[in-house]
Amino acid sequence: MTTPRRRPPLGVVVAAGVAVAFFALPLVGLVRRASWSTLADDLGSPDARSALGLSLVCSLSATALSVLFGMPLAWVLARVRFPGRAFVRGLVLLPLVLPPVVGGVALLSAFSRQGIVGGYLYDWFGIQLTFSTAGAVLAETFVALPFFVITVEAGLRSMDRRYEDVAATLGAARRVSFQRVTLPLVAPAVIAGAVLSWARALGEFGATITFAGNIVGKTQTLPLAVYLQLESNPDVAIALSLVLLVVSLTVIVSLRERWLGPS
Amino acid sequence: MTLSVMTLSAHIALRLGTLDLGVEVDVGPGEVLALLGPNGAGKTTVLRTLAGLEGVDRGRITLGDQVLDDPTAGTFAPAERRPVGVVFQDHLLFPHLSVLDNVAFGPRARGATKAAARATAREWIDRVGLGDLAAARPAALSGGQAQRVALARALATEPGLLLLDEPLAALDAGTRATVRRDLRRHLAAFGGATVLVTHDPLDALALADHVAILEHGRVTQAGTITEVTSRPRTPYVAELIGVNLLRGHGEGHRVDLDDAGRGDGARTGDGALTTDGHGRRGHVSVAIADPASGPTLLLIRPQAIALHRSRPDTSARNQWRCDIAGFDLLGDHVRVRLTGGIDLVADVTPAAVAELGLTEGQPVWASVKATEITTYPQ
Repeated sequence: MTTPRRRPPLGVVVAAGVAVAFFALPLVGLVRRASWSTLADDLGSPDARSALGLSLVCSLSATALSVLFGMPLAWVLARVRFPGRAFVRGLVLLPLVLPPVVGGVALLSAFSRQGIVGGYLYDWFGIQLTFSTAGAVLAETFVALPFFVITVEAGLRSMDRRYEDVAATLGAARRVSFQRVTLPLVAPAVIAGAVLSWARALGEFGATITFAGNIVGKTQTLPLAVYLQLESNPDVAIALSLVLLVVSLTVIVSLRERWLGPS
Repeated sequence: MTLSVMTLSAHIALRLGTLDLGVEVDVGPGEVLALLGPNGAGKTTVLRTLAGLEGVDRGRITLGDQVLDDPTAGTFAPAERRPVGVVFQDHLLFPHLSVLDNVAFGPRARGATKAAARATAREWIDRVGLGDLAAARPAALSGGQAQRVALARALATEPGLLLLDEPLAALDAGTRATVRRDLRRHLAAFGGATVLVTHDPLDALALADHVAILEHGRVTQAGTITEVTSRPRTPYVAELIGVNLLRGHGEGHRVDLDDAGRGDGARTGDGALTTDGHGRRGHVSVAIADPASGPTLLLIRPQAIALHRSRPDTSARNQWRCDIAGFDLLGDHVRVRLTGGIDLVADVTPAAVAELGLTEGQPVWASVKATEITTYPQ
């Protein structure tokens, strides 16, 4: 101790410690309750395997849809001035704060066979989204898309647009300029946005169960399986929870440079 | 039509925020025009309209027989369809591409195959002397190297018009001299028209044939470097080249200075001045050698002004009592800033400052011979 430093107030430190414990204790509990010896069998059970596979397919599909439609939307929000832009941005952000169950009810009102467009989809194309895997993908996309859009929009806004001017003076049309200059420069934001939206899609529960239901092998994704197995087969529920925990930790670690600055 | 016979002719009128731009620019093939002016004068906006990154409200821009912008005819060629190369301020090399791919970007975007674009790029990188660094990322380059790559990238598309936006501003003083010399060599080899935007008169002096002074969106003076430096017309130009510029009304061998014409920031009406012979307070006349009439500009070089502790007994017909506002050491001489009725700068030797015991705030007499004052109509 060479330089005397002012100590942080004791009350603040205690409160902060309580908060940390509040986050840490449930995780410790989860790890303690896991039945490690039967973990492989639990994850290998038919219901668990079906939920794992379905979740992977649904979450990756939702991520792909988020990138496909989120990229143009982020570009429009970042680069095009139009009346009602603030309103559109608010609309995009809404699923972030909207209770997922309400999101599911809202999706039903639009895409169920009695909904605004769901009826036409069924009558004209024979497509029924409710109680189908496509419905689970739709529900996951609904909650995942905002994460991609806000991350990429922020990336596009913070990018130095003079690079696009440079590309134009070098003869690059807009599309070439976007592919060879804009996209590489905002790549970190695109990757972060995709990872975030994937993690959100993977964990989606409320909107999925409300809109797509809970059909094993069709719409019963990991979170739904965890919830339902907790009654009948808690070891499987905890094993699946551990899988989601590991995925979440991986996401945090892979994005650490973005969020967890230098210690 | 070959690129070497392209003449740039631009008549630009544009309102952008508080900037009201009205500029006419003509640059012949192989010529370099320096657009010199203070920050916010609209220099960069002129460059952006020439590059096609901004359209004009009124006017017309042509390069050779190609119309680039003409709102009345509804013609506007966007940047990617103009034969224009731009070296941007801060070089702006694409950080995710190697030096080679940065330079190859233009030829590739303009339709060359990947191999051909790279071959062209390699040639240009060699020409700017950076052959060893072709694979390097821009982050690994020094400021001077990055500027040379930016020049190679702009020239690799073989433009008919080259635009340089403060190409040396981001460099430190040592590098700037070297890069300026290189730039001069490359500009001499370039057959098209060049417009150089700068706020540094040294750049204009070293690189340009012609100079246009841009102030508040208007060209206040244009011509060859010699014309502009020998006959400065605005306080900005006078300050750039370090001379005293006064404004007044000529009557034979006398010029009565305007209140606003007594040099930069002249104070009026404080009457702290005695003039030669006339002695009217708050009114200054300057004796000149060649008769003048009407609105007249007077140019006095700082070296032509002598300083004295008391009223001098010399043949100099102009003698003014001033106060010393401050000193600047410039190389081997001292620039003394004088205030009072006329704001002037005078260059004297450090020895003279010591000998006369000059200090800030001290009253002093300044004298200048009538034959040392250049006059020309406003």
